[in-house]
Amino acid sequence: MNAIDAALESKPAMRLLSGNHACALGAIAAGCRFFAGYPITPSSEIAERLSRGLPEVDGVFVQMEDEIASIAAVIGASMGGVKAMTATSGPGFSLKQENLGYAAGAEIPCVIINVMRGGPSTGMPTRPAQGDLMQARWGSHGDYPIIALAPASVREIYTETIRAFDLAETLRTPVVVLYDQVIAQLTETVELADAHGGAVRPVRKWASGPREAYRPYAADEDGIPAMSRPGAGYRVHTTGLNHAENGFPTQNPEAVERNLTRLLGKFDRHRDAIDSWQTVGCEDAEVVIVTIGITARAAMRAIEMCRARGVRVGLFRPITLWPFPEKALREATRKARAVLVPEMNAGQLSLEVQRILGHMHGQVDAIHRFNGEPITPAEIAERAESLARAASARERR
Amino acid sequence: MIIDSAAEFDVRDYLRAEMMPHFLCPGCGHGIALRALLWAVHELGITKDELAVVSGIGCAGRLSAYVDANTFHVTHGRPLAYATGLALARPDLHVVVITGDGDCLAIGGNHLIHACRRNLKLTCLMLNNEVYGMTGGQVSPTTSETRLTSTTPLGNSEPNFNACALAAAAGAGFVGREVTHHVPKLAELIRAGLEHPGFAFIEVLSDCTEIFGRKNDMGSSAEMVLRQKSDLRPSAYRDTVDTPFRPNDLPTGILTRTDRPEYGASYRRSAAAIKSAGAKKAKR
Repeated sequence: MNAIDAALESKPAMRLLSGNHACALGAIAAGCRFFAGYPITPSSEIAERLSRGLPEVDGVFVQMEDEIASIAAVIGASMGGVKAMTATSGPGFSLKQENLGYAAGAEIPCVIINVMRGGPSTGMPTRPAQGDLMQARWGSHGDYPIIALAPASVREIYTETIRAFDLAETLRTPVVVLYDQVIAQLTETVELADAHGGAVRPVRKWASGPREAYRPYAADEDGIPAMSRPGAGYRVHTTGLNHAENGFPTQNPEAVERNLTRLLGKFDRHRDAIDSWQTVGCEDAEVVIVTIGITARAAMRAIEMCRARGVRVGLFRPITLWPFPEKALREATRKARAVLVPEMNAGQLSLEVQRILGHMHGQVDAIHRFNGEPITPAEIAERAESLARAASARERR
Repeated sequence: MIIDSAAEFDVRDYLRAEMMPHFLCPGCGHGIALRALLWAVHELGITKDELAVVSGIGCAGRLSAYVDANTFHVTHGRPLAYATGLALARPDLHVVVITGDGDCLAIGGNHLIHACRRNLKLTCLMLNNEVYGMTGGQVSPTTSETRLTSTTPLGNSEPNFNACALAAAAGAGFVGREVTHHVPKLAELIRAGLEHPGFAFIEVLSDCTEIFGRKNDMGSSAEMVLRQKSDLRPSAYRDTVDTPFRPNDLPTGILTRTDRPEYGASYRRSAAAIKSAGAKKAKR
């Protein structure tokens, strides 16, 4: 037994895991019992792990004929009452948009993992990117609500995968988990013992009471309609057509507007459970860095470098990317003189940050990288310092 | 014989009254096909609570809404993929897919061949009316050559699929074809499909009178149904698998029936093996 194995043996909850492996373990811990997928780099390890892991807990794994069929099967399984997930990467995420819209509109819980690689199109399959942020929000046609989570470490992939299921089930929505190739295939030692937050997971709100009184899309005060399990006697109709509270298709303007207004606003009363972010040193920061994933890890090092040189830099890291934790961002940047958004794309997170921080017009800078290379701590530190210097110079004028 | 239960079978017991009147055109064969399905369901004593109907988009796709069961009207071409997830997750349900020729063979063609190959227990009814009726009568993968459609103004010059040959070649354990002219025979065929332990593919030739028939001067709906009769080659005719394209005289009935292993059962067996191997490993 080598030293690492010995150390792990002494702490059973300590595991040496890749991000994708942690995702598979998180899914099983969350109660996922159905996975359908299609091979794609760099997410395939999730499918490989679950092909063995799901049968061990009486779950089902199936490799489908394409990405479209994979998410369709996942939604089918979820309509059957089983917690279900698929995993993919950029090109596959594009193919999933059609049925992701169905899940959002028909309010079918499911989890979609998207490991971000270089794009557009086939792009760079083995290289990291953060280019699917806007697609995660707006990828399917029409207006619909969606939740997207953006973990930045192996442990956080585990916990956020669990949280993705909790949110999907309780809010009846698809939840996307977005992380870049670096985090996906990075191997870290993680402590899983108390990562569960309790072993019992929240469950879907199931229909109860007599069939005659049940209206499949009539929501309680919390905006979330109770779902019915096939075989439980409710015999409802589920459709991607705009539907009335009874679940049947309608083009009645009032009925459509009532249902879609509820749908589009259904997260409003649940933002406490949905919103999640991390701040580091924002209390006294002159420059706040806003970023996600592996770039946030680089930013953490950059902050240390800057502070060692006397420049006060902080980090705001949205863990829930959509809906964006706007209030928290405004609060974290209240005292900042500049904001820096380093991201591995041509400008997506920075667009959202500029929108939210309209009052800081001109003071939101960005580093955009889309050549497959991560952004280094030194690059971030250098830009943050120059933003701080420019802010001081402005104030002296 | 299914005909024996004709008197006791009342289709209204299986329909959602609140969805009536339905929106099918006068003369459309789809209602006949739906009635035959529900007759077969009745005959087998499948309860409405254990019946799940998954349908795609198009005229055939709208039928699920009329059935008083667990019904899922999903995206265009994908009902077999949704049904695969549902049936794997819920082997206790009887999952029936209702699809059309465009839904099943064009946009959903990939899902069809893989559903046939996988041989999961599902019953797939493909209502073939040779046309995209819902969108106004465009050419479909089963439109006969020379037929006029709204996108073949000079007549269709593409060869058309023989869906049953395709399904059989892709490995479907059960393949059958029937016409709406023979309702009891159709119900009988669907019953056999529902009883089949693997994937059952059933093509129903269902006339589109209003759009396809009108465009091609095929006469009244009664005349169109009678034409089905003259096109028939009764009894199972094995050469159906020899041609990828639809022959002019159609073999009907059960065309292929094999006892290939059913996917769900095979999967559960291999899953049990993985589980016991995992348990042994944990013990060590």
